[in-house]
Amino acid sequence: MTSSPSSRFLSIEGLDKVFETPKGPTAIVKGFDLTLAEGEFVSIIGHSGCGKSTVLSIVAGLAESTNGAVILAGKEVLEAGPDRGVVFQAPCLLAWLTALANVQLGVDQVYPDKSRAERRDIAAHYLTLVGLGDSLHKRPAELSSGMRQRVGLARAFALSPRLLLLDEPFGMLDSLTRIELQDVLLELWAQDRKTALMVTHDVDEAVFLSDRVVMMTSGPEARVGEILTIPFERPRNRHDLMDSPAFYEMRERLVTFLEEQGHRPPPPAAAAPKAPKPRMSGLWGLIRPASRT
Amino acid sequence: MTTPSLRPILSLRGVSKSYGTTHVLDDISLDIEAGEVVVIVGFSGAGKSTLISLMCGLDQPDSGEVTFKGSKVTEPGPERMLVFQNYSLLPWLSALDNVALAVDQVFPGWSKEKRQTHIDRFINMVGLDHARDRKPAQLSGGMRQRVALARALATDPEVLLMDEPLSALDALTRATLQDGLERIARTSGKTIVLVTNDVDEAILLADRIIPLSAGPRATLGPEFPITIPRPRERRALNQMPEFRHVRTAVVDYLLSTKRGPRPAAAPAIAPLAVPSLEPAP
Repeated sequence: MTSSPSSRFLSIEGLDKVFETPKGPTAIVKGFDLTLAEGEFVSIIGHSGCGKSTVLSIVAGLAESTNGAVILAGKEVLEAGPDRGVVFQAPCLLAWLTALANVQLGVDQVYPDKSRAERRDIAAHYLTLVGLGDSLHKRPAELSSGMRQRVGLARAFALSPRLLLLDEPFGMLDSLTRIELQDVLLELWAQDRKTALMVTHDVDEAVFLSDRVVMMTSGPEARVGEILTIPFERPRNRHDLMDSPAFYEMRERLVTFLEEQGHRPPPPAAAAPKAPKPRMSGLWGLIRPASRT
Repeated sequence: MTTPSLRPILSLRGVSKSYGTTHVLDDISLDIEAGEVVVIVGFSGAGKSTLISLMCGLDQPDSGEVTFKGSKVTEPGPERMLVFQNYSLLPWLSALDNVALAVDQVFPGWSKEKRQTHIDRFINMVGLDHARDRKPAQLSGGMRQRVALARALATDPEVLLMDEPLSALDALTRATLQDGLERIARTSGKTIVLVTNDVDEAILLADRIIPLSAGPRATLGPEFPITIPRPRERRALNQMPEFRHVRTAVVDYLLSTKRGPRPAAAPAIAPLAVPSLEPAP
């Protein structure tokens, strides 16, 4: 099933996301366009609430766009599927299952015709790759937060997805553990260079991991602001990069963009809330009459 | 390298501490000079909070000892104030009253005017004049930590101990408060011991960075003196070779102390079939 690498492996075209708010509809994301070549690692950075995660959720098929389309390998994305592996900020592990069982749960879905032993081996293989070879049978409560996120990485990679989606994967970790896991992710990714789209607000993380960094403007009506190409050769070595002036030039470019966006006066429509609140009116309508009687 | 002084203000000698069967800190020795800013950097869970609790006197070491100006530390005291990560403000008191409470404890004999001027000074120093009458619940996380900082500074401690004071804050607020701490470190002349997991924060603030190895049995690693002149400006640091070198060296050291999970080298497991097949539809 291998074909020559496509330069438009993932194509996000004219994406709009409009949320209904008490003050009328607000376009959180408007006219977001981005194309990823096969095997490319692209990060999206932007301020909190700018809509980065919204874009990722739409690509994952976990949310619907208002306008526009997401096309993965020639097919439009309409729902979530195992061809896209997602790593969330919180690893979302099942507390009563071991690390191995948590990973195997997904493997069983994706490889139903493999034997049980083979599926177990696949799960164990990826857990070993993330450095958890001796913790296969531990439950989430026995693992540190960094180790739990390693399980999250193993689970995503074990599904052998065509596209890897990472939503602030290390956002909940302390800054040192984050650096440690960036190394783990990079090694894992380097094995087969899956096309990857990552959302982060950590500038170092974006520069270290990515081929290109997409800077998103502050919402509402967030879109692609600038794109920075990261020229460092692969395989990359954190020690050498962190010590090189070129790394800090890239870092500086991104920080400058973020500061400009942070100081930019909000557009007129900014009165609307950043995140849509769940609409409770229906629920209240049910509760209120009952509580009155 | 700083030459060890004959009279450090705060000193730890062969300090070890266990909780239950977990050996948290192992044989820690450290001398802190009056007026210096020492930043201890380590992974979360390494034992940084335990270490600073021992310095504060909130807890006692199993072996070794902590001394302040030559006397053994056995309990917390106003000469060593601790700023917590979770602020620890009294929720029913305003920002002003939280600071006042501490001032009244430490300086009970002061006149009304002197007390008020003093409190105002520190509320202003942390930029909270406009919010002085608000209760903690009406303040953002960053503002709450400013109150906690004003409270600690207003008691005029000889050593200011800070336990990840900015870790619970978002990146933008953290940067603003780091700049505020940089100013306080530079102008107050206080001895400051700060623990953090953020190497950039450490370089911005420290005279010396001392890494705490990953636990269990955490111990202090080689110290990194920071000679970047003050005032330090975060954007300017980016361009300084010293910043890059120290940053890399501290991170390298700390990662090397992690005995736990490391991504295994490829050859050991590569023979195992990496599923290259297409997932079933």
